[in-house]
Amino acid sequence: MTGDMLINYALGILFLPLLSFIILIFVGKRLPRQGDFIAIGSILFTLILSLAMFGSMLLSHDPAFRHEASFTWMDLGDFKIRLGFLIDNITIIMLLVVSLISTMTHIFSTKYMEGDIRYSRYYAYLGLFTFSMNGIVLANNLVSLYIFWELVGVSSYLLIGHWFEKDSAADASKKAFLTNRVGDIGFFIGLMLVFTALGTFNYAEVFQGVARGDISGSLLTFAGIGLFMGAVGKSSQFPLHIWLPDAMEGPTPVSALMHAATMVAAGVYLSVRLFPLFTPDALLFIAYVGGFTAIFAASIAITQNDIKKVLAYSTVSQLGYMILAVGTGAYVAGFFHLVTHAMFKACLFYGSGSVIHAMHHSLHNLNDHDTDPQDMRNMGGFKSKMPITYWTMLVATLAISGVPLFSGFLSKDAVLAGTLSFASHHPQHFLLPVFGFSAALITAFYMFRLIFMTFHNKPKLPDVYKDIHESPKPMVFPLILLSSLSVFIFYTLPYFNPLSDHGWFMELIKAQDSMVPGNPSAQYIAEGIHHSHTLTMILSILVASLGILLSWAVYIKNSISADDWSKKLGVYYNLSLNKYYFDENYNKYLYQPFLRLSNRVSYIDWDLYDKYFINGFGRITKWLSIITGRTDYDGLDQTIIDGLGRSMSKAGSSLKEVQTGRLQNYMLFALFGVIIIIIFQSF
Amino acid sequence: MDNILSWIIWIPVLGMVAIAFIPREKQDLIKKVAAVTTGIQLLVAIFLWSAFDATNGSFQFMERAEWIPSLGISYILGIDGLSLPMVALNALIAFIGVFVSWNIDRAVKGYFALFLLLDTGVMGVFLSLDFFLFYVFWEVMLLPMYFLIGMWGGPQREYAAIKFFLYTLFGSVLMLIALLALYFACGETFDMQLMMERAPFALDGVVWWGMSAIKVIWVLLFIGFAIKVPVFPFHTWLPLAHVEAPTAISVVLAGILLKLGVYGMLRINYTMLPDAVWWFAGALAFLGMINVIWGAMCALAQKDLKKMVAYSSINHMGYLLLGMAAVIAGGSVNGSNLMAAQAGMNGAVFQMFNHGTISAMLFILVGVIYEQAHHRDIEGFGGLASQMPIYTAIVALAFFAGLGLPGLSGFVSEAMCFIGAFPVFRTIVIISTIGILLNAAYFLWAFQRMFFGKLNEKYTNLVDINNRELFTVIPLLVITIFLGVYPRPFLDMIKETMNILIDQVVVVGGIAGIF
Repeated sequence: MTGDMLINYALGILFLPLLSFIILIFVGKRLPRQGDFIAIGSILFTLILSLAMFGSMLLSHDPAFRHEASFTWMDLGDFKIRLGFLIDNITIIMLLVVSLISTMTHIFSTKYMEGDIRYSRYYAYLGLFTFSMNGIVLANNLVSLYIFWELVGVSSYLLIGHWFEKDSAADASKKAFLTNRVGDIGFFIGLMLVFTALGTFNYAEVFQGVARGDISGSLLTFAGIGLFMGAVGKSSQFPLHIWLPDAMEGPTPVSALMHAATMVAAGVYLSVRLFPLFTPDALLFIAYVGGFTAIFAASIAITQNDIKKVLAYSTVSQLGYMILAVGTGAYVAGFFHLVTHAMFKACLFYGSGSVIHAMHHSLHNLNDHDTDPQDMRNMGGFKSKMPITYWTMLVATLAISGVPLFSGFLSKDAVLAGTLSFASHHPQHFLLPVFGFSAALITAFYMFRLIFMTFHNKPKLPDVYKDIHESPKPMVFPLILLSSLSVFIFYTLPYFNPLSDHGWFMELIKAQDSMVPGNPSAQYIAEGIHHSHTLTMILSILVASLGILLSWAVYIKNSISADDWSKKLGVYYNLSLNKYYFDENYNKYLYQPFLRLSNRVSYIDWDLYDKYFINGFGRITKWLSIITGRTDYDGLDQTIIDGLGRSMSKAGSSLKEVQTGRLQNYMLFALFGVIIIIIFQSF
Repeated sequence: MDNILSWIIWIPVLGMVAIAFIPREKQDLIKKVAAVTTGIQLLVAIFLWSAFDATNGSFQFMERAEWIPSLGISYILGIDGLSLPMVALNALIAFIGVFVSWNIDRAVKGYFALFLLLDTGVMGVFLSLDFFLFYVFWEVMLLPMYFLIGMWGGPQREYAAIKFFLYTLFGSVLMLIALLALYFACGETFDMQLMMERAPFALDGVVWWGMSAIKVIWVLLFIGFAIKVPVFPFHTWLPLAHVEAPTAISVVLAGILLKLGVYGMLRINYTMLPDAVWWFAGALAFLGMINVIWGAMCALAQKDLKKMVAYSSINHMGYLLLGMAAVIAGGSVNGSNLMAAQAGMNGAVFQMFNHGTISAMLFILVGVIYEQAHHRDIEGFGGLASQMPIYTAIVALAFFAGLGLPGLSGFVSEAMCFIGAFPVFRTIVIISTIGILLNAAYFLWAFQRMFFGKLNEKYTNLVDINNRELFTVIPLLVITIFLGVYPRPFLDMIKETMNILIDQVVVVGGIAGIF
């Protein structure tokens, strides 16, 4: 395919979902089936276009492929902004991921959202989201990126708040948007720093500027960290991770699409795209943020009982992995993990959706509105009732736990090898691989805990259990497809070695050298990863098995009691269960004080400054005029003028003069008075 | 078309005269005459937009007539890239304002007569190229506003009206002093084009009471205009005036009148006293920052929806001041960064326009709910989304425009102001970016409290936005979206004039440059 052809395809991919959004927003409700076929049709077409691009990429097999197209969006003479597309192999793979998961969500939702009061609105928003997300993927400059970045934020806001009658959903949507905006401030400052130094927003030109040294040192570090703050917000990294678990208030297919597979990956995508401009210091910062988030979120996931919350924290943790990979220079590994994770995490979310759907129906039949359909303590034994959901989720769980033969093993291995290699070059940063491997251990443990609690053992609520059924076809189809895509072979073709990530993916995505002088070359990083590969493999298989084994011992064999351990570890258990009280503390030490301060400011503005200072001028004028009036009338007029008059004439003629004087004074006084009275009559 | 500028100014007065002859009982006819008058004015403005030569940044469609030759006062009109968008905005807002006023039922005749007079005054200010004429129109505009707030406003209307009047009058007095000083310094002429040539040099080295005359005049003019913008700390009349004013007057106030202050600064301070721009730019940026943060924090604390929107105006005007201050980036001491100067100045004028459309929209929408619910207490609503879906969608768009969402016009201009000011005022801009977050916070919080959650039992009888109201918002909405997606049609019209303005400050201000 020629470059121009690809641009046309990309235009189609970008605007078809937008078209669906516009149609559905205006006439969706009046169409048969509330117009869901328009959304599904447009996304299927988008998927076909991205598959075509993908196919052409595989055929041409050119790791250095790259095509750009721009148009002038703004031209003020010297100040110009050109927006456009950048299409390379990363773009094409990412487009396919987004379109594929989005298609699955569209299909899954036909049943999951059936009968929803805002069914048509829901599909419209899915279109808006797909448009925005593909915009991020296609951007060739920071301005487009920022624009679509925020649009993704809005689509997320709208979809999390889909059931806005629930306060928790409304809160969660607002929280998601605002937390993202905190990161966006950093993003915008980084963007301004880059532009001020280089005068361009285009990625390639920015990288050239960095290579020339037009921006360097701490300025470049700050610019990099600023831009990365955007990723911290969107990819829900510590300390802005708080919004993602709450975002689970949205419909589950949305969680699968946005809050697991694609939108939250946008931050990783940004870090991958901008990798060449990060300085060593910035990269170190990124690595620690990612590594810490990985272990921190895993340590919360381990105690959660809500099936979606477990997956949410697991997502935060896995995103931490990807960010960690970028920080250690193994950004291709990070991107690889993004792709494999998108498949198995979406599968897990659809699986949880399938379970929740079944619980919901069963509870509905029992007329039970108090039991939480998402609490794993109410489940158990669903394996026989929902075999497809069980097996597909099991495959995805094996993938996320990093078990050989599955995709997660390959990508997680690559990430961990990156950290290990980084630590071998910089022993003082030994914590990074420690974070990575312990998070892998915990991940295997809590993911199997989820599987065991949901699908194994005896049913906790037999009444509910009786009515549990496998989900309808449109819901199990995405499960089957995505769990298949969690098998290693789809990423290693044309090779069949399950232990090596060597395959089309690694051949087509070649690491770019960093443009910052002082950063190691891509070659150097690749060799380091290669060296640590075997050790990493052994270690990661070890921790994965250990995690699964422990989980089995606790939840199947019952040889270790979870309750006992949670009591023994009381303090830590509570910290983890309550997510380290981040929400409470943010609320207590940030939001509330700021709101109080704002109220204070408003009080000063309105009740003090305006009422006393500004109106004070009015008051002073009033006093002055009263004093002037008194002096004039009582002093000047009555005493001196009248005195003169009296002494000059005792006759009635003096009265006339007095009258005249009084009248003039009165007029003068009145003029001031009227104005002042009007001002103060409202008090 | 000859004298097109005179036509666009005086058409509303013709309408006003026509209304004067209509018996007061024929309220519908009065409204229709007002609508037709402003409609014709809008058509003329659209024609003007299309006939304007965008490649030429200097004054076009000039008109010149003697008025009081003995005092050097003439009737000079002209339009350039700075006044063109303001004229278009005013024509649009006035037209929409008539329909927003459709429900006025008290003293209809007086209301629309004054409304049209106000329209003329504002047009006149934007098109005058004679400083005296400018001042006359400035005062002409004041009086109808006083009565419109004071007679058709809310419970505290007299207090609000007199406060607005006295405050602005105070500013006018300062402006008058500055005007006379410039008049004598420039060889007794009020011709603004001559004054722009002469004033930067005429006042060099002149010292009054130990202070540079240029600085004194700058500050007098600045305060005069800052009251109108309003710039902190001259802003407290605004929330009061908004809360008390009837909806349509709020729309005009936020949509157009606030721009007069900025327009005055750019038209007079920047061109006649360009070297003082260098002296004052830092303060301007600092005040911009205060406006952004202070306005946003006050907005966050408000319980009254209209007051919140009023404070959001103060907040939005802050971005604009940042952009204006960016002009000095073009000077050689700042590395002749013309990119930043252009981004800032174009951004500021773009922000003027965008704030005009967006805040007008916001005030119309506040009016829509107030008319039905008879209160504006944010906490008092709840769950309206299911009761009024179309209204909710439009408010959502307007709020998103207000919080600077990309894809809507407010984002483009705010971003330009930031990017422009950043190279020179880095710390100030970084602090101001907190505004990005606070904007989102107060708009989304208000949105949640009004529209989300369970529907408040009291409001099951509310009906969705009606067609007349839709008709008033949709044009603004379309402009907001269009310019947000593709701002070039607007920016191409103004950029040459902005280059002239930047030149005036950077080159002429640089040569004069001595206090």
